[in-house]
Amino acid sequence: MPELLLDLVQTFLTILATILLAIPAAIRAGTPLLYGTLGEVYAERSGVLNLGMEGMMIMGAVSGFAVAQITNNAGWGLLAAALVGGLLALVHAFASITLRVNQVVSGLALTMLGLGISSLMGKQFVGQPLAARLQPVDIPILSDLPILGELFFQFDVMVYISIVLVPVLWFVLYKTRLGVTLRSVGENPSAADALGVNVTFVRYAAVVFGGMLAGIGGSYLSIAYAPAWIEGMTAGAGWIVVALTIFAMWDPSRALLGAYLFGGVRVLQFRLQPLGISPNLLNMLPYVLTILVLWLSSGQAAKRRLGAPAALMTAYSREER
Amino acid sequence: MKMARIRIEKRLSSPRWLPVASLAGGLLLALLTVAVIFAALGVNPLVAFQRIFRGGFGSLYGLQETVTKSIPLMLIGVGLTLAFRGRMYNIGAEGQFMMGAIFATGIVRLFPQWPFFLLLTTMFLAGFVGGALWAGIPALLKTRFRVDETLTSLMMVYVAYEAVKFLVYGPWRGSDTRGFPITDEFPLAAQIPILTGTRIHYPTLLIALLAAVVVYVLLTRTKLGYEIRVSGENPEAARYAGMDFRKVALVVMLISGGLAGLAGMGEVAGIHFRLRPPEAISPGYGFTAIIVAWLARLNPLAAILTAFLLGGLLVGGDAIQIALNLPAATVQIFNGVILLFVIASELFNQYRFRLEK
Repeated sequence: MPELLLDLVQTFLTILATILLAIPAAIRAGTPLLYGTLGEVYAERSGVLNLGMEGMMIMGAVSGFAVAQITNNAGWGLLAAALVGGLLALVHAFASITLRVNQVVSGLALTMLGLGISSLMGKQFVGQPLAARLQPVDIPILSDLPILGELFFQFDVMVYISIVLVPVLWFVLYKTRLGVTLRSVGENPSAADALGVNVTFVRYAAVVFGGMLAGIGGSYLSIAYAPAWIEGMTAGAGWIVVALTIFAMWDPSRALLGAYLFGGVRVLQFRLQPLGISPNLLNMLPYVLTILVLWLSSGQAAKRRLGAPAALMTAYSREER
Repeated sequence: MKMARIRIEKRLSSPRWLPVASLAGGLLLALLTVAVIFAALGVNPLVAFQRIFRGGFGSLYGLQETVTKSIPLMLIGVGLTLAFRGRMYNIGAEGQFMMGAIFATGIVRLFPQWPFFLLLTTMFLAGFVGGALWAGIPALLKTRFRVDETLTSLMMVYVAYEAVKFLVYGPWRGSDTRGFPITDEFPLAAQIPILTGTRIHYPTLLIALLAAVVVYVLLTRTKLGYEIRVSGENPEAARYAGMDFRKVALVVMLISGGLAGLAGMGEVAGIHFRLRPPEAISPGYGFTAIIVAWLARLNPLAAILTAFLLGGLLVGGDAIQIALNLPAATVQIFNGVILLFVIASELFNQYRFRLEK
């Protein structure tokens, strides 16, 4: 009898260890998603849906890699990725805020554009190893902890920055004047306008900020995670980001949970493959999970009345108030 | 902060030449923008444009290929005009295309002995059903649970891609394929006839043309079409008039999905005569067809023409890929820029733009 018990305990511990050991990998895989989702949360909070995230992430990936490779400095690469992501987002802002075109179509067009330009731009970098890849940073004392230190305190700096960004962006959104302004523009732009808020400016700023984060998220893939340039390497991450934003109910803190969950699924894909499960069926997991997440959060959103920003996807103009 | 603002006013009336002029202007600006992007990336735009045009429209062979590629674009594009008119953003036609291809191949595997006409007809039907079912899932999620169809239909593209790969790498891989991930060749009875000397599988082309006419009539001459248009243009008014949003949503999704499925069937049974991996049977027809629909200003008859144009762009894109050694995704630059300028130019029909200090 005690032997059986011992067996059970051993199995349990093995499973626990497997999961625990997978957590750092899940965090790394989830980090690009986290940057993207945080960006999309801010854009959508201002009332603008940005379906161009995939395009902004892939452009961030290629330009980040290119600049990091040429300058031999990962930091410049990340900065360039943020700028390029922001620039592409500016196009979306101009189309959807100033010209008031359909936000779905504009985002889709920018994704196509980003995929096209990145493939052309990245052609010369295909197959190159990145000399200036982002190195893991040991956090003093904490990283020396047995097991835990190795698991949780030896990430690269971009992982830590994304984790710090979560409470910061949460605080700004809910506890500051800036956050109130942003949310008011997304909920009731005409009331915000009446109170003297420059609706157009706030929306532009939010969309561009979101695009910058998307660019950084994309470059995390090519500078730290892979690190290499592979055509189409975002593989739909930008779309998952849009779904995660709904899953997170437009809340930065929930974005963390969603991003790591999806990072975990990615990791699971690779760990289950040796067990003889078809890689193709495993590759479906993130997308099926996204659909499930959208389905579940739609019910939840309806129940708790914690829905989307009321003015999401509607252009604002004074004349038509 | 003082800055120049663009002031936008609604037009009360618009001259008749305006829609044509704004579309032409939009396309011209789009080409200019693409030229600037090409130049910035070190590709000579004049050479590239010339090669594309010559490749797609400059020779009999080019024109034949353009027609061939316009068949799936037309089928899907026509369906999407209907979906977008009803304000259902079905952007997952690429997945519905794949399901149509899978279903048609499934019929061949089930009934390889059937006679020509019966087998092909069943395959066409199965292709439609496969695409419609795949579009039906986002449609149901939308009508039952109010889940946004944009993302769900797109996610299902990736699932469909993996499903095709699973089949051709796994259970459906052929016995005489020397290890390639493809199915065995279809029997002759399951091959759509082609115009001799070309790759044009004309029965599918006829179906596509017919679909354009049918969808046009449906939209403009029937009560259902009226309901679709009103629900799309003014959902509030449609609700007050007692129109059933769920019915409209379901119908437009099923038809657009079904037509995309037909396109997938046409490619496997008219071009490849077998199921092959996703990237081999579609260069992104489902996404390019979104531009076909918008460029046609969501008019199904106009989609015939725009499908031909974008078919030519695809053929020309292949040409520069080989001639200038550019990646296949280069054509996406055209797609994105054209789509952006087409929707932007549409606004000039409805609004007047003024620069004010």
